[in-house]
Amino acid sequence: MRAIRVVAVNVFRESVRDRVPYNLVVFAILLIASSYLIGQLTAGQDVKIIKDLGLAATSIFGLFIAIFIGIGLVSKEVERRSIYGLLSKPVSRAQFITGKYAGLVLTLAVNVSVMAMAFYVILAYMVWTEPPTIRAGWDAPGMDPALLKAVFLIFVELMLVTAVALFFSTFSTPILSAVMTFGLYVAGHFNADLKNFERVVSSKAAARLARGAYHVLPDLSAFDVKTQVVHGLPVPLAYLGTTTAYGLTYVAALLLVSTFIFSRRDFK
Amino acid sequence: MPSAIRIEELTKDYTIGFWRRRSYRALDRLTLEIEPGEVFGFLGPNGAGKTTTLKLLMQLIYPTSGRAEILGRPVGDLDVRRRIGYLPENPSFYDYLTAEELLGYFGDLFGYSGSDRRKRVSTLLDRVGIGAERRLQLRKFSKGMIQRVGIAQALLNDPEVVFLDEPMSGLDPLGRRDVRSLILELRDQGRTVFFSSHILADAEALCRRVAVVAGGRLAASGTLSDILAFEVHGWELVISAVSPELLVKVTPRVRRATEISPGRYSLELSLDQSPDRLLADLTAAGAALVSLNPIRDTLEDFFMKRVAEMGAGARSPREEESRARH
Repeated sequence: MRAIRVVAVNVFRESVRDRVPYNLVVFAILLIASSYLIGQLTAGQDVKIIKDLGLAATSIFGLFIAIFIGIGLVSKEVERRSIYGLLSKPVSRAQFITGKYAGLVLTLAVNVSVMAMAFYVILAYMVWTEPPTIRAGWDAPGMDPALLKAVFLIFVELMLVTAVALFFSTFSTPILSAVMTFGLYVAGHFNADLKNFERVVSSKAAARLARGAYHVLPDLSAFDVKTQVVHGLPVPLAYLGTTTAYGLTYVAALLLVSTFIFSRRDFK
Repeated sequence: MPSAIRIEELTKDYTIGFWRRRSYRALDRLTLEIEPGEVFGFLGPNGAGKTTTLKLLMQLIYPTSGRAEILGRPVGDLDVRRRIGYLPENPSFYDYLTAEELLGYFGDLFGYSGSDRRKRVSTLLDRVGIGAERRLQLRKFSKGMIQRVGIAQALLNDPEVVFLDEPMSGLDPLGRRDVRSLILELRDQGRTVFFSSHILADAEALCRRVAVVAGGRLAASGTLSDILAFEVHGWELVISAVSPELLVKVTPRVRRATEISPGRYSLELSLDQSPDRLLADLTAAGAALVSLNPIRDTLEDFFMKRVAEMGAGARSPREEESRARH
């Protein structure tokens, strides 16, 4: 456990030194600028748009971090040969993989938390500046705690994307890993369409392939509850629980396969 | 008492080529045994299989066949890794960390914490000559300084066995002297040092026993004197105050005469010529003896001969098997 923690803390430190937290500044500027502009253009709907925008930005910024750092987690260590020094210490390859993963998840957790806080600050400002008559027409309270449910599922989705990026990074080049992870992210969001692919194609082979992909690929649309939350629709806690369990099962499977591949690799 | 390192028939094949894949044997049935407390030189030219052997011992790569043990346990055992240190060839670390942070990070992995870790890190950085630069990020370090940090991290856990892959690489003469004295200090503390080098003077200065690899195969192993003793094949006389007339007289009696500086010559004699009589004649004619040495094969000569005998590179496994059958 100690080795995993030590490796994870170093991944976090690397992301800080690589100036990853700068994305938070961009996030805050984007949100403040949009809220100001949207406030000038719309009446009453602006809080809904800001909520949409804030959740989408959290998701996209997190995705960039998960993919672009995730694909380098292993390959960078191998490329710069720092892995030679590290693996000669009392660290197993399984601990190395788990530590690397945990470090990036920690980075994401800090980023997503700070983004969520910035998001709530903007919403608080809107609640404070909008007159009560306009606030009364909102579908959900301005500083709706339910937004945290959407943020939480975004985080679980990012954990899954990180595991995918790490998995590809154990055997592939960074560019290929990025392409494949992004491809899987897109396919994962259209996973439900793959199930009934035979309705739109005549080829049986293509339909079977799509059905196979449907069973293997994670259904990432399950993690997207932005619309429900923004419109004040309920998102039951049971749904959060099962979706999280679903995501973590994929994460565990991906980490196992990554460890299996990585444990057999030669570092020439 | 188990051997510090035991290597048995260790073999490593790599697959090369993309379309036409073929096997390349980087290390061929290497067998070695290193005793505890020994400074052992693992010598060979570039591409001989030295780094491959060290990577196999660190389990950075897996053997095709054969086995290896460190301190009586299979390589890769996490308990063994607590008791060994390793300096990779041309080491490279996390350039966003300072030297102090890097050693602190590795110290954490060994379970050191608090003041113990800080003290170890500080003592070792002092020992390898990293001063105030220890608080600079490693990206600002020169190659020689990185090598020093690499040596420090290899000694962080007071290892019983230290593996150093080309430890003198990238160091200036002062740095080489420091590393030599550090290795001797480790020997005096009873630690086992296994170091690879293609710089033969280092081995001659530090080791009692060496192994020489060439083309992925063990070319020789034993004490340096055993390996080189039978290779004496002449004498070298360095003489000063030699007049041109005297030189003309002695030239037919020597294998080669080379002028070092005006009046000073190096004279080479074959092994069957006694240097005593020539020396007596030279001194009688007014010349003065500077030095008299046997001409031996250097390890470079040894390498060159062995490499020529064994082929410059390793062969394919099929060739190796066919060679073994005959």
